[in-house]
Amino acid sequence: MKRDPLKPKGGFYYYMQSTSGIVGAILLLFMVIVSLCAVFGWLPHDPLEQNVEFAMQGPSSNFWFGTDEFGRDIFSRSLDGMRRSLTVSVSAVSIAATIGVTLGILSGYLGRWFDQLIVRLSDVIFAFPAILLALAIVSTLGNSWYQTSLAIAVVYTPIFIRVARGPVLTVKEMDYVKVTRILGFSSLRILRKHILPNVTAPIVVQVALSLSWAILTESGLSFLGLGTQPPNASLGLMVSEAQSIAAFAWWALFFPSAFITIVVVGLNLVGDGLRDALDPARRSS
Amino acid sequence: MSFGERISRILLSTPVLRIGSILSTLFGISIFVFLVLRVIPGDSIVGAFGIETGLLTPEQIAQLKVYYGIDKSLPMQYISWMQSFLSGNMGYSYSTGISIASLTAKALPVTIELALIGTILGVVMGIAIGTFSARKPGSIRDFAGQLFGLMALAVPGFVLSTTIVTITANKFHYFPNGYEFVRLWEDPWMNLQQMMFPGLVLGIAVAAPVMRTTRSALLETVDKDFVRTAIGKGVNARKVQSRHVLRNSLIPIVTMTGIQFGYLLGGAVIVENIFSLPGMGRQVLYAITKREYATVQSSVMVFAILFITINVITDLIYRKIDPRIKK
Repeated sequence: MKRDPLKPKGGFYYYMQSTSGIVGAILLLFMVIVSLCAVFGWLPHDPLEQNVEFAMQGPSSNFWFGTDEFGRDIFSRSLDGMRRSLTVSVSAVSIAATIGVTLGILSGYLGRWFDQLIVRLSDVIFAFPAILLALAIVSTLGNSWYQTSLAIAVVYTPIFIRVARGPVLTVKEMDYVKVTRILGFSSLRILRKHILPNVTAPIVVQVALSLSWAILTESGLSFLGLGTQPPNASLGLMVSEAQSIAAFAWWALFFPSAFITIVVVGLNLVGDGLRDALDPARRSS
Repeated sequence: MSFGERISRILLSTPVLRIGSILSTLFGISIFVFLVLRVIPGDSIVGAFGIETGLLTPEQIAQLKVYYGIDKSLPMQYISWMQSFLSGNMGYSYSTGISIASLTAKALPVTIELALIGTILGVVMGIAIGTFSARKPGSIRDFAGQLFGLMALAVPGFVLSTTIVTITANKFHYFPNGYEFVRLWEDPWMNLQQMMFPGLVLGIAVAAPVMRTTRSALLETVDKDFVRTAIGKGVNARKVQSRHVLRNSLIPIVTMTGIQFGYLLGGAVIVENIFSLPGMGRQVLYAITKREYATVQSSVMVFAILFITINVITDLIYRKIDPRIKK
């Protein structure tokens, strides 16, 4: 069936025009499926089960990614670790995006002292290196998964404040918004109907990028021993545990590292694809 | 002009406003650090004694509270912390008995050296690869450059470090970080060998965004009218590239480098721990695992001050490269 050439093309059409977007979506989809397997327990082995007689075996038909020094299956542990990383990052970014966007829009729209206060607060948080701040917060909160995601959320909230606030400042001064105000529409309606649609594009892109940073931060925390605690599997922790045996068992280091890299590459490419699809100026033809 | 007008003009001038905003950010940072690291964790006593806290008598607890300075109200605690921090007395590290100020004085130069090496390597690599990519957009070399940028962004520093350590130490039996750390002035050659790999790991992390910024800034500048004019006037290609194109692309590159410096300080926390460099990152992590909140608090504060200082320096540098910003 031929599409009507006059019908406006949707965002999906433009997204599929970008190669990096498609590659990114495939990589990301793969990782999501993989972690769903871990959620439903469809793993070839128990990720925690130790089996000393199979310790440090290379990849085989029984252990696809080999085993670690305790004979645990690295394939199952990687899948379970990916599930944990995604859980923490998705919840962290959801919290950060919700709070950050709300504060950013309000601060841009209301202006005055409220804006000043919010901008100052985000400057304060921006003055810390992300992982250091997450580290400090986790050290005081504790390191269960929701506490880790809360710490990461605090770190990434100001980015969403900044991303949402910028467009609001511009849109607020546009004539069509001024007209709605003169017509006597309520602030809530102006925010919902005229301002929110204008900030969604940069926010969606930011969500993809922040997810990739959140995954890096989470695995960094776990690597330093302040995220997921042993014996549970987490990609960062697996890399840390592989340090001592990597010289004899490359697979213990390689597979968890590859998982982190793939998901971060995927999210970055998806971010690029979304940016191209949602920005009318970048659309080719 | 009346005296009052003159005063208000000075007070509203850019440098004064700038210093004012830096100071207010620093004030906000100190309050944030104080609240997050002192109020939320609760008791330093529980931190120091763990489950044995239950065995202490009320008198002992009262004495310990005076000892740790947590018997006063929160604002008073904040003021006394700030007073001693500003006078250079940051308290003592309980587990080692050494003053935090002297620990920091030893650790800070290591982190600064590491960060400088990382930034220099990162900027050189980033600009080189970015220029290499932008020369022929859409070509295979552009693709290779962009792939490098993406991988440098996606491979975490700890993975890169662990891989480097595994390969050099086991295959080539070369691991300078296995020896005790030496300072630059004690044995420069050994020190640089110990700094090389961690510096490289941080440099690669910095190179990725610098490369992306360089590439897009160059592509944008090449299309500008003044570049066409220069070529039309017959200025030779190399001079156009260095004097006109690169010079005008420097501002976004410098800004990006300044921003990356902050991330680099975060990366230092991880890299210093893998390569056993006794810098601020290791001091923070050690303090966190030993639950020494006073050390954590002061070290985090030092990190933030360092970061703000970098921002100010970035600002000054780009006033220097871009005369248009000067007022």
